[in-house]
Amino acid sequence: MSAIRLLVGTRKGAFVLTADGKRENWKVSGPHFAGWEIYHLKGSPVDPNWLYASQSSGWFGQQIQRSQDGGENWEPVGNGFVYDGVPGTHQWYDGTQHPWEFKRVWHLEPSLSDPDTIYAGAEDAALFRTTDGGKTWHELSGLRSAKGNLWQPGAGGMCLHTIVLDPTNPERIFVAISAAGAFRTDDAGKTWQPINQGLKSPYELPDPDAEVGHCVHRIAMHPSRPGVLFMQKHWDVMRSDNAGESWNEVSGDLPSDFGFPIDVHAHEPETIYVVPIKSDSEHFPPEGKLRVYRSRMGGNEWEALTRGLPQRDCYVNVLRDAMAVDSLDLCGIYFGTTGGQVYASADAGDTWNPVVRDLPAVLSVEVQTLP
Amino acid sequence: MIRVALPAHLRTLARVDGDVQLEVEGQITQRSVLDALESRYPTLRGTIRDHVTQARRPFVRFFACQQDLSHELPDTPLPDAVATGTEPLFVVGAMAGG
Repeated sequence: MSAIRLLVGTRKGAFVLTADGKRENWKVSGPHFAGWEIYHLKGSPVDPNWLYASQSSGWFGQQIQRSQDGGENWEPVGNGFVYDGVPGTHQWYDGTQHPWEFKRVWHLEPSLSDPDTIYAGAEDAALFRTTDGGKTWHELSGLRSAKGNLWQPGAGGMCLHTIVLDPTNPERIFVAISAAGAFRTDDAGKTWQPINQGLKSPYELPDPDAEVGHCVHRIAMHPSRPGVLFMQKHWDVMRSDNAGESWNEVSGDLPSDFGFPIDVHAHEPETIYVVPIKSDSEHFPPEGKLRVYRSRMGGNEWEALTRGLPQRDCYVNVLRDAMAVDSLDLCGIYFGTTGGQVYASADAGDTWNPVVRDLPAVLSVEVQTLP
Repeated sequence: MIRVALPAHLRTLARVDGDVQLEVEGQITQRSVLDALESRYPTLRGTIRDHVTQARRPFVRFFACQQDLSHELPDTPLPDAVATGTEPLFVVGAMAGG
């Protein structure tokens, strides 16, 4: 029987939650790296027992940990995240130019074909790659040539938080950076172009159609249709049918189009999920009701999924990397909250159950579907 | 032997219990002690000093002999009691909460 492994990063450690294919009874392992912030952990699609974790601390900086046995044992690998050449400068809050300074890794994206190759999205925004299992890291610095001098940090920091690999074209990678936008390479990371046409940010930018500066929160893709991208922007849910060349708004009838995560059903490429949040200054669900919204037609028309989720007095947030879908026949979907709950649905979102209720604030949730 | 007392998180990372004991060649300074520490425990690189600039991380402090030595220049000799191994050099995570 298949099994499910959830990889949960929190403010105070990592947790590994496992269940069989019924997804009813869960075993909780952790905290791993207790006391450290675990922004993200993810397994290699090539060997799912190879896991990588981003471990960081305001005191002691960044570590990358690797497990080769599904999270039972971990070893620190390399943490030398050094910007390529002279780091250069980006826009600072006061309008001056400010040098790039490495702070942490927000997101780890293992290669689709090699368990020793991983991409790392960093704050200050940059993309790093290792090809030796995390021992050494090298920046793909061409990204910062895509008008990097105009990027500036938002409230959450100038972080590269989304990395999407095209399963049909190893040369193509999409990334997203808070308060900078979305970018694409078609030559394996040497050169990059902003892909923000159609994004509108009238409340955040003096030029609402600017080429860079849009606050993209998350991008999702279904592997069977790598040219179709879904985006949760700061405000607005967007869709692109041409690999990011242009975007159209598909917020439709959502109660709020502000939010962080967005994900796609494992078997239905037009079924997508978001968690509306009231506003950029009130990071909690509208009306105190925690609702996942599902569109079965790729946006515009949405239905609220509420069964099993708190429908009163709920004021948690769901962060950008804290939602994931499994690939069992009946697609499971999972998300974690800043209140420390992880919710699971084994029926594509129709009903929900809490897997755990009292973890530290959840920063990320990934899921592995194991044979 | 030079003794270095690490904070709990760094002891866990380096997989050591108690004080670390190090052979340090030449003058005993912050730099020479930290160089020896990082050479023996490479996983500590970047946790106490910046990878590139080698500057002390903002929320790390160096104490010894009831003194805060954090703002000393890295090549300033450490107190004799540290150099002789009588007292440890404490690497401390600064109070940074609220």
